[in-house]
Amino acid sequence: MIEIKNLCFRYHSHTENTLRNINLHIKKGEFVSIIGPSGCGKSTLCLTLNGIIPKTISGDFSGDVIVDGINTRDKEVSEFSRKVGMILQNPESQLFAMTVEEELAFGPENLAVPRKEIEERISWALSVVNMENKRDEFPGNLSGGQKQRIAIAAFLTMKPDILVLDEPTSQLDPVGKREVFSVLKELHEKEKMTIVLVEHRTEPIAELSDRVVVMDKGSIVLEGTPRYVFEKVPVLRELGVMVPDISYLTYLLKEGGYVKDIALTVEEGKRLFI
Amino acid sequence: MNAIDVEDIHFSYPESDEILKGVTLSVKEKEFVSLVGQNGSGKTTLAKHFNGLLRPTKGKVHIFGEDAKNFSIAELSKKVGHLFQNPENQIFEETVFDEIAFGPRNLNLPQEEIEARIDKVLKTTRLSRYRDTHPLSLSGGEKQRLALASVVVMEPRILVLDEPTTGLDLLSINGILEVVKGLHKRNVTVILITHDMELVSELSERVVVMNNGQIIGDGKPNDIFADDELLKSASLESPQIMKFSKILGLKPEVKVDALYKRIIDTL
Repeated sequence: MIEIKNLCFRYHSHTENTLRNINLHIKKGEFVSIIGPSGCGKSTLCLTLNGIIPKTISGDFSGDVIVDGINTRDKEVSEFSRKVGMILQNPESQLFAMTVEEELAFGPENLAVPRKEIEERISWALSVVNMENKRDEFPGNLSGGQKQRIAIAAFLTMKPDILVLDEPTSQLDPVGKREVFSVLKELHEKEKMTIVLVEHRTEPIAELSDRVVVMDKGSIVLEGTPRYVFEKVPVLRELGVMVPDISYLTYLLKEGGYVKDIALTVEEGKRLFI
Repeated sequence: MNAIDVEDIHFSYPESDEILKGVTLSVKEKEFVSLVGQNGSGKTTLAKHFNGLLRPTKGKVHIFGEDAKNFSIAELSKKVGHLFQNPENQIFEETVFDEIAFGPRNLNLPQEEIEARIDKVLKTTRLSRYRDTHPLSLSGGEKQRLALASVVVMEPRILVLDEPTTGLDLLSINGILEVVKGLHKRNVTVILITHDMELVSELSERVVVMNNGQIIGDGKPNDIFADDELLKSASLESPQIMKFSKILGLKPEVKVDALYKRIIDTL
């Protein structure tokens, strides 16, 4: 679904490359999480996935990003907006309509989708994010988690193949975080959507992702299943990446010879003691 | 003496519903208290009463025994420093030095004293090499340390931190916490507002839980996070380590190191 080859990028205002020789292949339906310390290039990488880099934000760009068979150099950003939904930290910056329904209709209307189908897509998107009862609400009245779910639903009505989320829960409270992660779980498992998630908190990543990519100073430094990545506790801590507390605890216990494995979740931890 | 005494305060903006519905809270000098609860529970509104940014519609606020209503925001701000969530909102000068100097200059402190305080705080926040740098060219973690430096330079006796680590990575968070822990050791009273229950567990001696404009829980982290009923009514989640200590049938613990010791002792 996404093929990144030898990708390098330098912003005009910077003296050094923000992305250094990135090679990454993301399969259809895969849930890939990207982690790494601030400034490692993960947000910049997201912006290359729908052509904003190099089309809107220019700089020294080399290598290729191929999304669903199309090179992002060859088409305009608008072409990719129906393929790639991009969710940012602050949902408020993405909401503008007077009602939730208008918000969700905006994308497909611009794609000239027939009225009846727009209706169906809105109903479907609202049910996916579990907000059917807020159809006529003014988005400004919603809680942070609800706003972010509407921002996601507004992309769903364009039927994208890929959803890219850059720290979608960093501004939300624990309830809002839970709501958004459960929507992502649903989109991955039921709708088989390809998901790329940038996130600081590793607990949900360990639970949700098929693959974890660790970036540092513009390069991919570690990549694999959550288990493969999160077992490397000292490497991650050195990089300044949080590991789930349960993984850190069981890592310490394993080092001391008290348990055999490192746990990624509380349930796994329980099994180590039976 | 108590640093903060809040007695049955109520607050509402004109023509709106009450945000604080009778809050009573005392914080002792040198205490480290975390304030938790979901968005809209009233944490930030309560904290804004400590330095007079907001005044209660009913009830009393005392800071170090003195009635806050007799003091201006400027006077209260000398005692109560307030670090907000988004550092960029607090940054407006051209250099790191000027940014930090803004507060002390307003206090009309002598130039030598200002320089001395700034040198000290630049060291504490590890920003010395950025003295003449433009603040907006700093990284997220550095900006937050700068915002913290601008608060700390006023030498407040109470420090309110409103979600100081949101959006920061582990290294940046540790940078902030190092400074806060240092201040706490030097007898500064700290009020931490956060959604990060791991952070609360790691740092605070006391957790105050808010919900719907009221305080519904107040105690040690180990006790608060073991109370599932309470957490549920505040829509909070118990930290992983707490859940795990319960599953293992051990005495509730919220810290990795503490649970590690307990497991080893049991085995």
